[in-house]
Amino acid sequence: MQRVRIRYAKRGPLRFTSHRDFARAFERALRRAGVPMAFSQGFTPHPKISYASAAPTGVASEAEYLEIGLREPVDPDALRLALDAALSPGIDVLDAVVATGSGLADRIEASQWRVELPQVDPEVLAKAVAAFSAAEEVQVERMTKQGRRTFDARAAVISIDVDVASATPSEASAVPCAILELVVRQVTPSVRPDDVLSGLRVVAGLEPPVAPKVIRLAQGTLTAQGAIVDPLDADRDGATIGGR
Amino acid sequence: MARRAGGTGVARPSTGGRVPLGIMSVPSTTPRPVAANSVWPRLEPLLPQVTKPIQYVGGELGAVVKDWDSATVRWALMYPDAYEVGLPNQGVQILYEVLNELPDTLAERTYAVWPDLEKLMRAHGVPQFTVDAHRPVRDFDLFGVSFATELGYTNLLAAIDLAGIPLLAADRTDADPVIVAGGHAAFNPEPIADFVDAAVLGDGEEAVLEITAILRDWKAEGCPGGRDELLLRLARTESVYVPRFYDVDYLPDGRIQRVVPNRADVPFRVHKRTTMDLDAWPYPKKPLVPLAETVHERYAVEIFRGCTRGCRFCQAGMITRPVRERSITTVGQMVQQGLEFSGFHEVGLLSLSSADHSEIGDMCSGLAEQYKGTNVSLSLPSTRVDAFNIELAQELSRNGRRTGLTFAPEGGSERIRKVINKMVSKDDLIRTVVTAYTNGWRQVKLYFMCGLPTETDSDVLEIADMAHEVIRAGRAATGSKDIRCTVSIGGFVPKPHTPFQWAAMERPEVIDGRLKLLKQAINADRSLGRAIGFRYHDGEPSLIEGLLSRGDRRVGAVIRKVWENGGRFDGWSEHFSYQRWVEAAAEVLPTFGVDLDWYTTRERDELEVLPWDHLDSGLDKDWLWQDWQDALSEYEQDDCRWTPCFDCGVCPTMDTEIQIGPTGRKLLPLTPVNGLKLPTGAQQ
Repeated sequence: MQRVRIRYAKRGPLRFTSHRDFARAFERALRRAGVPMAFSQGFTPHPKISYASAAPTGVASEAEYLEIGLREPVDPDALRLALDAALSPGIDVLDAVVATGSGLADRIEASQWRVELPQVDPEVLAKAVAAFSAAEEVQVERMTKQGRRTFDARAAVISIDVDVASATPSEASAVPCAILELVVRQVTPSVRPDDVLSGLRVVAGLEPPVAPKVIRLAQGTLTAQGAIVDPLDADRDGATIGGR
Repeated sequence: MARRAGGTGVARPSTGGRVPLGIMSVPSTTPRPVAANSVWPRLEPLLPQVTKPIQYVGGELGAVVKDWDSATVRWALMYPDAYEVGLPNQGVQILYEVLNELPDTLAERTYAVWPDLEKLMRAHGVPQFTVDAHRPVRDFDLFGVSFATELGYTNLLAAIDLAGIPLLAADRTDADPVIVAGGHAAFNPEPIADFVDAAVLGDGEEAVLEITAILRDWKAEGCPGGRDELLLRLARTESVYVPRFYDVDYLPDGRIQRVVPNRADVPFRVHKRTTMDLDAWPYPKKPLVPLAETVHERYAVEIFRGCTRGCRFCQAGMITRPVRERSITTVGQMVQQGLEFSGFHEVGLLSLSSADHSEIGDMCSGLAEQYKGTNVSLSLPSTRVDAFNIELAQELSRNGRRTGLTFAPEGGSERIRKVINKMVSKDDLIRTVVTAYTNGWRQVKLYFMCGLPTETDSDVLEIADMAHEVIRAGRAATGSKDIRCTVSIGGFVPKPHTPFQWAAMERPEVIDGRLKLLKQAINADRSLGRAIGFRYHDGEPSLIEGLLSRGDRRVGAVIRKVWENGGRFDGWSEHFSYQRWVEAAAEVLPTFGVDLDWYTTRERDELEVLPWDHLDSGLDKDWLWQDWQDALSEYEQDDCRWTPCFDCGVCPTMDTEIQIGPTGRKLLPLTPVNGLKLPTGAQQ
């Protein structure tokens, strides 16, 4: 069985696709594209697909990953093109490589996020970020399926910065907008960008007046310098197959 | 009344023909650009605050976004229920595709927004929008609303108001779209006559093209005479009903005296449209495939339209005559292309009584053969009670997946089945169900109605006997205790253009009492009762549906009052409030000298002018009355496909005819294609 790892993006309005919605659409795309999927055994066979930590509903992403099992080998680049054509624009397949070595999940150690905060003064944000960075621990609350949970949002944050270079948001508007750049370690319970925002409220009373726009820019293995490495690099074995 | 999600099947890649290179298109990887009049920038910040935001986003496969300025005629199409129910609607999908195929015409879709988003939209001044390019509904020329059920009326009012369009048709100006109602409920649009500008009866495919042409010409001439002239032109077609051109006079006792045109050259009666030759209209070709979860995730193909079985309660069967079959080869081609386009793995062969297609046997075995080993699952809803259906179901489940079997005797006693003209005997049912059990089905579903004309407690209690006998016979035939049946009961609602249009409804408390007795009777034998599931709805929502179905223009004020008091999503049990309707009716109707009972539990006599008498479904009113009398004397009427014409009136008045096979053709094996395909059809 050939295993292929895929990187895809969730962009624009389609960032409101939930993980369940995506999974259904992806299975239909596999059929439309005629991908020779391998199936699980049993009474109701399922196509072999495993997903690596999916971005929350409403969060855009340039770096979502999954792995599929195939019953016959395909050319990964042809697969990338066929799958991309089979999915709605806005769910875009960026890369496909034949899997080698360790599991995909083992290579997801951290994520890089970018948070746009419209109508927030960058200087106010900078103060809140400074307070957050100075704290040893920032307890935040979140509603989970198990009920309300309290956990530390600080320890998992590897870096937190205000992006001063791009003061205007990606979709041009006259409204001022502060931008937060985050690198957060993959931990349990997971610390998501909205948990960090909760943390900024806890430490500095920061209350964004409108809903923030969040995008995941990268996820993968973490270097000693705090940079994130694409988990598919290890599969490529030096030879680049997928196109960006 | 809560919605049920459709069954899900098993995913496997389907095989099919390769798409020719010439028509391949690889969509760009950038998101759609925002249209000039889009509300998206204002809507987007609200979406993280609502449930299931994906339903407001669009971006479905098969969706079309056209340039606003290069279109002459612009339609907003609405199914007035939540996206998850509205998106799979065949009618809207067909019209959307037919209209968007015209180079100078643009069609977008809009659905009812849930109260959480409605509240935010009102707070932030965001109007009702289309999901395709998020354009304000008010910017469109035409606003077409498809009513499968009258319970969507409050959602219509919510959408009109949220769109910033005046609620009353009389208050609208040239700046507002022309609101056109369609769908089965449009055969009596009188309760919403104050709110819509026009209504179209019957098949929509050609009607929307005709309306488009009238609008195009009127615009090309510089819009002479404004909105009034446009509506007059539509009315002159004799197939578009414009309520404002008709006056309704009432008798002192509240009944209608007459309905007459108030303008010269407006027809006295408006006639339904009938699309003949379904092979010439093979839609949907590019079914909409949503990202959000919806009630049906399947490629649905109508295998025929119309039904002449003559069930007297069935409005659909009466107003869609005559029977017009789609040929086996067209069905085969549509299934192949529809699956290839959509990636669905379920196919529904739809019609009002699918096993009645003249080539259903060859169709089922042909499709089963074509999709053997692919895990495409085929289903045949709306089947008859006979053993032939078990054969068809066997054929369709050759891939291993068994779909559920549902049989609809509709009435519990032989007598009541004669009243409703459902010619099924108890022996037929027992035989059929036992065949199903012996062929490996462990569970069947039996569907009945409660509240039928002339019904007594004993008619309903016989349902329990029937269910007991089904289990007893099933256990005897299989030697197993592991068999079950579910008894599902729906409330009867008399509908316009049916022989029961004169009938009195039963009071909700009587219905509820009968259902309680039935439940006791089913469980009277504990061993048998344990094998029988019992599902029913209480009588109250049916009474309100009855008010709206057979209402006249005076009922409009009740709908408005209910909407003002917060009524929305009346088809959903968790949103429907019987109390709200009863109170609104009590407040509004006495001023007209009538009340809720007058519309629902009152039997009409032969000479009463019914609110929809000026709307022509083709059915001869004398024939309908005769069929009503036949019902009361328990006389059965046979199907005109196999016995001589019984003069219901449709074919001669509509100049139509029965179109059925057999064609004698067969479905050929598909050539399996291996390798990756570049599918087409992502957004233009």
